Amino acid sequence: MNVISGIIFVLTFLSVYVQVFFLITFLEKRKNILIRKESIELDEYLGVTIIVPCYNEEKTIKNTIDSLLDLDYPKDKLKIIIIDDGSKDNTWQVIQEFTKYENIKVFHKKNGGKYTALNLGLEKVETPFLGCLDSDSLVDKEALKRIMTYFEDKDTMAVAPSIIVDNPKNILQGAQKAEYDMAVYNKKMLAFLGGIHVTPGPFSIFRKKVFDDLGPYRHAHNTEDQEIALRMQEHHYKIEHCPDAYVYTIAPNTIGKLYRQRQRWIYGFIRNAIDYRRLLFRKKYGTIAFFTLPSGIISVLSVVFLFSMLFYNFINFIVRKVTQINVVGVSNSFSGSNFDLFFFDTKTIVFISIILYTSIIVSLLIGRTILEGKPRISFDLFYFMIIYSVIAPFWILIALFNAIRSKESSWTLEIDKRDSKIAK
Amino acid sequence: MQQKFDWKRYIIVFFITLGLFLTAMYVSDYFSNKKLDQLKSIQDKISIDILSSETQFSLLSELSCKSVSDSVLSGELGELGNKIEWGQNNIGNSDELLYLKKYYSLLQIKDYLLMKKISSRCGKKSAFILYFYTTAQNCSECEKESIVLSSLRNKYPELRVYSFDYSTDLSAVRAMINIYKIQDTKLPALVIDDNLLTGFRSIKELESIVKESFNFQDKKTINEKNTLK
Repeated sequence: MNVISGIIFVLTFLSVYVQVFFLITFLEKRKNILIRKESIELDEYLGVTIIVPCYNEEKTIKNTIDSLLDLDYPKDKLKIIIIDDGSKDNTWQVIQEFTKYENIKVFHKKNGGKYTALNLGLEKVETPFLGCLDSDSLVDKEALKRIMTYFEDKDTMAVAPSIIVDNPKNILQGAQKAEYDMAVYNKKMLAFLGGIHVTPGPFSIFRKKVFDDLGPYRHAHNTEDQEIALRMQEHHYKIEHCPDAYVYTIAPNTIGKLYRQRQRWIYGFIRNAIDYRRLLFRKKYGTIAFFTLPSGIISVLSVVFLFSMLFYNFINFIVRKVTQINVVGVSNSFSGSNFDLFFFDTKTIVFISIILYTSIIVSLLIGRTILEGKPRISFDLFYFMIIYSVIAPFWILIALFNAIRSKESSWTLEIDKRDSKIAK
Repeated sequence: MQQKFDWKRYIIVFFITLGLFLTAMYVSDYFSNKKLDQLKSIQDKISIDILSSETQFSLLSELSCKSVSDSVLSGELGELGNKIEWGQNNIGNSDELLYLKKYYSLLQIKDYLLMKKISSRCGKKSAFILYFYTTAQNCSECEKESIVLSSLRNKYPELRVYSFDYSTDLSAVRAMINIYKIQDTKLPALVIDDNLLTGFRSIKELESIVKESFNFQDKKTINEKNTLK
């Protein structure tokens, strides 16, 4: 028991450490967070190609491309490449409609996974900058211009946008909205410290040099957007975050879809962290080595341990209740003990949990302040805390289990499963 | 572009986190001490009550049968027992709790002796159960018996259950154990009406013994009668 409470103590200490680390960085750098409300003009509009890989996206692809066409960026400087990765539905027919635009090219290939679609696109890129956009996401009109200002710094090699959940329709999407808003804050702080570990599929923009130097996307356990960021970190390529470049993504609307998506993300994180373990705690890799990767590992371990503890306590409680019912019958086992403040638990861990939960609320408020200009608390936060504390342990545990067994979960499989459900 | 490694940030954050942890520990410690103080004050109050009853009893002899039996509050003793037990499971400070537990055992014995005296002199049959259990070994039967007894006590408020941890290192408790010839291999053990019962006893069995030896009326039947009226 002492070993377990020792481990729990260390893990909670590290979890609080991570939160304090973000908060200290925020207090120090908050003046440097650039948020532009007005439309801006660039001195020079450099050529950008956006690659849109799609697989069975007949319903969403049109809106995605329309949002790209609507970007406030000169049409002759913006190229769009749509790659149909062997869709089984009418995606290919739907995207034919866009061939009438001069700056759009469409390609069809045999299904090979998202990274193969991206790599086909990479081969066709002729501009000095390129980006990708998942076909379930929409970009804000101003996003590209705002991102491009970050490339005025010659060292900046990639810029990630702020991802916002598009029009949440149910509690689950609301919970994800709170989570994404918080992530904006964490991501910006990591950017200040040069520790970003993922250039997300929705609208991260790269210098073409990145792929010329480091090679194309890799399979990377179906999380190619994490792997490329880690590869860039390994070569000391600077990754920025542009908090006022908004990309709206359609969040999974059922527990099952969310579960599969997260299991893939966590699985990818664990496997990529293993692949790039040579970076860990090496001084020359800085924040990614001492903070980003370790804090990801800490959160996986914390969830595993805390959940096991909770589960253990829950089973204990049930066993006790069952004994009680067996011994004295149902009617006597619920007869009330009087409420007494004495029995309120005041162990250290209770106060540490209060600190941790407060820090989550603060994270959301800071995220909202960055995105919306002022702190705003909403029910989303409570949905987030409740839903994630119940379900997240499952996808983390399963992902960890699969990572140990090296069992892949796949992008196309995720969509196939989604479609088969729709078909039913 | 290789980044500079910012040791200072990591160290500052470490100390802030440490500060937060120490504060949490301090707050937790503060509340634990408050709880121990609360236990002590309940104990002192009970101790004064018992002493006062004893004194009153000696002073006034038989005449005061009614007033004495009303003045001793066994409910508080039960509550104190629950709180000490909870404290042992949830507050780390075991030395102080061990001391409180000894004191509590002593108070129970005193209360028991006093009530016995009162009942014999006033000719009232009082209901006592002496309950011996152990926390030294994993005793699942004891846990079950404790549930039975607290349920029984809820049902019959006039029933007085005195519980003793077999492993309590206190001569008065050892004396009780010797008097009733309790063996640590036969726990839980109950003494009802000077009869020794060992092993787990179900609520039905105890209820019938209790009813028989003390002519108790079930709270429910009283209530039913009241409602019928």
